[in-house]
Amino acid sequence: MTNALRLLCLAAALALGLAAPARAAKDELVIGLTQFPSTFHPSIDSMLAKTYILSMARRPITAYDPSWTLVCMLCEELPTFENGLAKREKTPDGRQGVALTYRLRADAQWADGRPMTSDDVLFTWTVGRHPRSGVSNSELYRRILKVEAKDARTFVLHLDRLTFDYNAVNDFHILPAHVEKPRFEAGDAADYRNRTAFDQDTANPGLYNGPFRITQVVQGSHVVLEANPHWGGAKPAFRRIVVKTVENTAALEANLLAGGVDVIAGELGLPLEQAIAFEARNDPRFAIVYKPSLVYEHLDVNHSSPILADRRVRQALMLGIDREALSRQLFAGRQQVADASVPPLDWVHTDELTKYRFDPAAAGRLLDEAGWALAGGVRRNAKGEPLALELGTTAGNRSRELVAQVLQAQWRTIGADVRLKSEPPRIFFGETVTKRRFPHLAMFAWYSAPESVPRSTLHSTMIPAEANGWAGQNYGGYASPEMDKLIDAIELEIDRGKRKALWVDLQKLYADDLPALPLFFRSDAYILPTRLKGVTPTGHQDPSTLWVEDWRWE
Amino acid sequence: MILSRLLQSLAVLLAMSFVVYGLMGLMPGDPIDLMIAADPHLTAEDALRLKALYGLDRPWTERYLRWLGQVAQGEFGYSRLYAKPVWEAMLPALGNTALLMAAALGVALAVALPLGILASLRPGSAFDHAVNLLAFASVSVPTFWVGLMLIVLFAVQLGWLPAGGMETVAAGGGGMGDRLAHMVLPVATLAMAGIGQYVRQMRAAMIGEAGHDYVRTAWAKGCGPARVVLNHQLRNALLPVTTIVALEVGGLFSGALITETVFAWPGMGRLIYESVMGNDFNLALTGLLLATAMTLLGSILADLAYRWLDPRVSLR
Repeated sequence: MTNALRLLCLAAALALGLAAPARAAKDELVIGLTQFPSTFHPSIDSMLAKTYILSMARRPITAYDPSWTLVCMLCEELPTFENGLAKREKTPDGRQGVALTYRLRADAQWADGRPMTSDDVLFTWTVGRHPRSGVSNSELYRRILKVEAKDARTFVLHLDRLTFDYNAVNDFHILPAHVEKPRFEAGDAADYRNRTAFDQDTANPGLYNGPFRITQVVQGSHVVLEANPHWGGAKPAFRRIVVKTVENTAALEANLLAGGVDVIAGELGLPLEQAIAFEARNDPRFAIVYKPSLVYEHLDVNHSSPILADRRVRQALMLGIDREALSRQLFAGRQQVADASVPPLDWVHTDELTKYRFDPAAAGRLLDEAGWALAGGVRRNAKGEPLALELGTTAGNRSRELVAQVLQAQWRTIGADVRLKSEPPRIFFGETVTKRRFPHLAMFAWYSAPESVPRSTLHSTMIPAEANGWAGQNYGGYASPEMDKLIDAIELEIDRGKRKALWVDLQKLYADDLPALPLFFRSDAYILPTRLKGVTPTGHQDPSTLWVEDWRWE
Repeated sequence: MILSRLLQSLAVLLAMSFVVYGLMGLMPGDPIDLMIAADPHLTAEDALRLKALYGLDRPWTERYLRWLGQVAQGEFGYSRLYAKPVWEAMLPALGNTALLMAAALGVALAVALPLGILASLRPGSAFDHAVNLLAFASVSVPTFWVGLMLIVLFAVQLGWLPAGGMETVAAGGGGMGDRLAHMVLPVATLAMAGIGQYVRQMRAAMIGEAGHDYVRTAWAKGCGPARVVLNHQLRNALLPVTTIVALEVGGLFSGALITETVFAWPGMGRLIYESVMGNDFNLALTGLLLATAMTLLGSILADLAYRWLDPRVSLR
């Protein structure tokens, strides 16, 4: 650029009274995200951007901490059978239920200074179980048969069944009765979602109980949070946090470099390959933290396909792909290779299972055994039919499209002819996968929780079909009495040791039987300024912002 | 005549609403299906309950007729995505888009019209070639690339301008200067995309008019160049340019999705896109119909402008 042009631009900038956007002040932080929440109601619609932002302003009763341990956040003590706060009881229809006593922390209060009480809990349960209130995930609320208020801070939840995770009430998002009750009762419950203060009066301090409260929302642009003066926990180091939405990841990166944002959230930030490229530039101002998560990238297998119904073919396909090399070449080794669906960070994970390392010769032997003989580069069965498969995935997801191309090339070497098909996510997830219209393989990811029992994805009662209204997420149609038995047993096993043994059996069965073909556990990339300390990525569904009071500038 | 055009416009809007509603209703999948696919905790019971609550379990034709009845009574309903009355969800984005697009249109015309006129005076000259090159570059280079390059240069490398957003949201930000600074790059990006089109139209129209008798007569009468070009030639050459500019009026209210996304500008382009993808019928329909109505209105205004520019033209 010539000096004259530089001077012209500078003059224009000065004429507008501009300067480069100032870096945030010492007690401020600007976080960049790629998504803007459509609603701020904690129980209506499930959206990661909303969870990320609300975790700074609202605390759940219980949550998984960064070491994947269930902890109390609003309660004083987790109810267990050992401490007597959990008690077995019979439900009215004679089944095994459980009564759980929680006591809210003495310093738990709303940001308008009103204390959190058992009345709030009762009101939340009323809203949560109302069929027309618009609450997305009402499973927990339906499972709670009764809520008993013992005193202002103590309440008892009576659950309809006793499962191993009986005391995890992470999805119970307490609503402030003093703000929301009049709105809920003001008319038809079906319109509550249009009356809620979370969207009509989002800056109302009475909605929040965390270290921060939302003070400004500019739809589609940014959310401002300010420190909550009534927060009883550790004082946060920041007075103000701004969460800015930049949907285009290249522009988000430019915003970081230009000082428009200080941090790019790992939960909803740059895709892994972009973060790796960013790291390669060695900018000393930023540290890149890669956190393996429980997002499980895999290939769902259509078990109705005559080709893939044969376990030997599924095993051969696993032996025919070099996932270590794939992770190394495409993702600088940052994607953790999966052997089954349970991530290594989960305490129930085991390494004592069948591992499929790249072995094309062994893959060939298995295919020969299964009746697929190599002829002219492509394997064929006795009827002369080729070993031809279709692999579908989401269009526009660069990582997945690259992985699919590599898999296609690797499978070609063992004689499998794979055709790739990319579809927009809306069609892929809205029709192809959910209505089981993929003929052979579908590549996507599952996002679950620590020690998440795979009932919805592997139990034979969860196979979607027209007859059951396409209910369930066992999209591959996998049916194994042994797997069903293990799932049923794990859910009800309270003893940790016995449960771990069941989990080991489940993972071994998964690795041998291959209901789906495991690929990776996805890593999230957090782009953090080197002087920002205290951010601890969790790798699970509770985001790092749930511990935002630990964040500080060094 | 105007009344007739308005009635025609109403018919177009009605047909447009039917087509848009139908296309959205026939799109595969719905937001509840996507929510279920993303969250294994949601049960089949949740899915059925939510579909019934949002009316997604009814045929789209039935939902369309109900929507049409409500709109006829002036009730545009609530946005499903934003849980707000449609106009409350839309007005901020509408204002942002109108500001951005009007500024870009103004800048584009301010640059393109003089360039087109000057290039037409000496066709084939070095200046004309340079203007043509600029025009071709303007219509050929993708908007997102221009936007990103401007960000890299002026925000990242030079640090003179902000990379995105409408204002500095950290404390100490805000104010008129700050808002103007945030407009510079997106306005420049959009203006650059429009300049090529207007330059080419203006230049071609001016060259076309230059050969007419009335222009030669003006020169023969001894009129000065400024008078011939601006008073005689330009007035007629503006007719085709007016048509194009009038059709851009709709764009003032429908936004520019790519530029808004690159510059994190919360405008109508993003809002309409999200509402279509999220099956937010009330919001999407109102946004799209507003843009259509404005385009139709622009077309009527263009016809009126013709009459002003050339009294021989009449509306029939």
